[in-house]
Amino acid sequence: MPKDHGIGASTKRREDVRFLTGAGNYTDDINVHGQAYVHFLRSDVAHGRITNIDTAAAAAMPGVVRIFTGADFEGVGGLPCGWQVTDKHGEVMKEPPHPVLAQGKVRHVGEPIAAVVADTLQQARDAADAIDLDIEELPAVVNMKAALEEGATKVHDDLSDNLCYDWGFVEENKGAVEEAIANAAHVTTLELVNNRLVANPMEPRVAVGDFNRATGDSTLYTTSQNPHVIRLLMGAFVLGIPEHKLRVVAPDVGGGFGTKIFHYAEEAFCTFAAKACNRAVKWTSTRSEAFMSDAHGRDHVTKIELALDADNNFTAVRTETYANMGAYLSTFAPSVPTWLHGTLMAGNYKTPNIYVNVKAVFTNTVPVDAYRGAGRPEATYQLERVIDKAARELGVDPVELRRQNFITEFPYATPVAVEYDTGDYHATMDKMLELIDRDGFAARRAESEKKGKLRGLGINCFIEACGIAPSNLVGQLGARAGLYESATVRVNATGGLVVMTGSHSHGQGHETAFPQVISEMIGIPEDQVEIVHGDTANTPMGMGTYGSRSIAVGGSAMVRAAEKIIAKTKKIAAHLLEAAEADIELKDGQFSVAGTDKSVAWGDVCLAAYVPHNYPLEDIEPGLEETAFYDPSNFTYPAGAYACEVEVDPETGVTTIEKFVSADDFGNVVNPMIVEGQVHGGIAQGIGQALLENCVYDENGQLLSASYMDYAMPRADDLPEMAAYTVDHSCQTPCTHNPLGVKGCGEAGAIGSPPTVINAILDALNSGGHKVDHIDMPASPSRVWAAINNAS
Amino acid sequence: MQLTDSREIAATPEIVWAAILDPEVLKQCVPGCQEMTGSPEEGFEAKVVQKVGPVKATFKGTVTLSDMQPPESLTLTGEGKGGAAGFAKGGADVRLEPKGEGTLLSYDVEAKVGGKLAQLGSRIIDGFAKKMADQFFDNFKAAVEGPGEDAADDAPEAAASDGDEAAPKKGWFKRAVT
Repeated sequence: MPKDHGIGASTKRREDVRFLTGAGNYTDDINVHGQAYVHFLRSDVAHGRITNIDTAAAAAMPGVVRIFTGADFEGVGGLPCGWQVTDKHGEVMKEPPHPVLAQGKVRHVGEPIAAVVADTLQQARDAADAIDLDIEELPAVVNMKAALEEGATKVHDDLSDNLCYDWGFVEENKGAVEEAIANAAHVTTLELVNNRLVANPMEPRVAVGDFNRATGDSTLYTTSQNPHVIRLLMGAFVLGIPEHKLRVVAPDVGGGFGTKIFHYAEEAFCTFAAKACNRAVKWTSTRSEAFMSDAHGRDHVTKIELALDADNNFTAVRTETYANMGAYLSTFAPSVPTWLHGTLMAGNYKTPNIYVNVKAVFTNTVPVDAYRGAGRPEATYQLERVIDKAARELGVDPVELRRQNFITEFPYATPVAVEYDTGDYHATMDKMLELIDRDGFAARRAESEKKGKLRGLGINCFIEACGIAPSNLVGQLGARAGLYESATVRVNATGGLVVMTGSHSHGQGHETAFPQVISEMIGIPEDQVEIVHGDTANTPMGMGTYGSRSIAVGGSAMVRAAEKIIAKTKKIAAHLLEAAEADIELKDGQFSVAGTDKSVAWGDVCLAAYVPHNYPLEDIEPGLEETAFYDPSNFTYPAGAYACEVEVDPETGVTTIEKFVSADDFGNVVNPMIVEGQVHGGIAQGIGQALLENCVYDENGQLLSASYMDYAMPRADDLPEMAAYTVDHSCQTPCTHNPLGVKGCGEAGAIGSPPTVINAILDALNSGGHKVDHIDMPASPSRVWAAINNAS
Repeated sequence: MQLTDSREIAATPEIVWAAILDPEVLKQCVPGCQEMTGSPEEGFEAKVVQKVGPVKATFKGTVTLSDMQPPESLTLTGEGKGGAAGFAKGGADVRLEPKGEGTLLSYDVEAKVGGKLAQLGSRIIDGFAKKMADQFFDNFKAAVEGPGEDAADDAPEAAASDGDEAAPKKGWFKRAVT
């Protein structure tokens, strides 16, 4: 019988009551008395020199409070980058300045040039139109390989070229990899593009800056996945505001997917302008602005080689990737194609020799940074595509080719610097094959063929590194922040409690899942536990939510704090029960003395802590509040096996997904319903990348896909119906190094699904006699049709 | 995007040449043009209202004439700023050759757009630019030629294609200069 509370129960999401009834409190719902509105004048050109900017006429327009330009930000810090990558020669990456408002030059369409603060948004917009602006347009670099050619236009004049870094991993292994490839019985090579994406959270970004003249305190309300990180970056590096005078609040946030991790110019501007204007300043992004100012995702061009011996054992993997950074380094951009990508190139396989080369390139495009999966989808996509191609070339079963190369012994140290603690890749493969009913596929294919359709079955196995991560390790790798998480557990006098977590919930369901853990530990009802997050004023310093880290790192911090509470309450209970502390047991909210019928309720112990009339004051302090910081000793390594069946119409190239199954190993699962929802959503995003989504620039750096007319978001009818969508997480090898044994589930769907879909399409085409080895994402009808017709 | 086309105009190259240099002709012929001032030497300033797909804007810009080889060829270069709508830039290489009694006017047009126009209108911009060029040179032909035998055929098309703008009066320029 399924549990009805605690760890493993599918408790309904309490936050949905407000989200689904219009009672949420999002950043745009926050209005500060007397606030002004800002409209940003953004660059229309991808690259140019500002030759004239005259705001006098605009400043005289009705309602204008003040107009800011780059000149107002001279002496103010630029937006900092949070990760420094060292290249294969031991040189640190190039790190050009990233101004809040353009300084003399613009480097991508959408870069803010000036900001008009006015009484109303309409007045701000009208005045922005009246700014006299002349930009001398310069040639733009858009294509990454062209950007690296000798004599290419430079995005940053002060840099020697457009190469941010040339990273080799592991450089010492390069020779061994070359040798293994030279000696291989077979080498499969594949060149592919991991298409550029726009995250498109339902809620666009918003920032409200406020300043209290009496206290000198600044407050920023913002759509962030990590308010403490924004406070640190903006306070220390941009505006010079000490943290105790700066509060950052990220209230209800309507989806992030990575794009709300980063510190953006608009946040710094609103905080700065509120003080300069002595008035709160609010900015709400339009959807058009989101397309050209939210950090984009992916955008890798990769060549991968897979070497096999005569028995089809993988002997080496070598990759060369061009990774687009855009015009400036977004907060964590350098880490995505390197430490979140290169370290994953072993996948689920015991390949002994691996070498990864990544060239990060500046172009005149919007900055590119982490998007759901961040580096791991790119790694999985190339590896799982090249394995399928090798299976086709060798005429072997793609399932068996994977199985014979699986890692089966744990812990396993890969040649790319990480150590997998646990996993069972055959178990997830078995589960996936059962769910997809591989044995029945031939009959389903025959049915499709009767209708004139080509049916394909695609599979994919993947590994993630989640729960990011040990601070000392990431520090060695160039992170400029720690990656612990924190929690304060405050027990009230009557026994209810509040957890103030450094994690941030923007759709993940922390307010429901975290109390389940506390309920399990103490034995009190979940509704006795409240979760507070998203406000630097009332949560301990935390690093926020990304990299599927909330339950693994933030949940573990909460467990550690709760353990301290339980230890203290046991001391109090021992005093009240006149027993030895070692004999006290806590179960179902009751403290009892082992082997006796003496007990005291949780609530009575909590009351004693706050009304300490009968209390061991000489040994312990009154009150019940504990904080813990948890820094994990390793990443977690969720893994999975996915399968997809598609039908392709060879007449039109239209692909429909007939069936999609996922078998994930997330370790222990706190709330199965929430986990399944996360995987469903991730798969939908992955299918979006595989079939629909593509961010397109023209050769002049104009962004062409900047609305939902041209950027195809997945819709309900692009996805398989619920009955054809099976999400399984029954294969569980618990993580060995965190107290909950959890691995994290937020990104799996987006990592596992794109190669599954493309492998399925290629299987369908080849079944129809079309010898097609590769289709780039998105596999739109025109691309599939062209592949069929060029091939035959 | 690039366009190449030609028109036969029933007037001598000298008359056609003079028409190209006349801001009043240009104003009549540029679709959506509300103001056109200036001279061939100094360049022209123009204000044009146009709707591209979902984006309607007033473009303020300049037109300059260069590489002038009277009465054979010249280059028109224009740039218009549409405020929040973005910008449009373009150029036309125009060649005039005598053909029978009249002139063969050939042109190569290159146009590009930026900002919101590119973001929202990129799929329709090629068709839009072609329509703009067709209208311009149709208007120009009509303005120069005057009411010939085919005037009756042209009139409804010109009126229809010009939307809410009044169709230019046929042949007024030729009448004015001859």
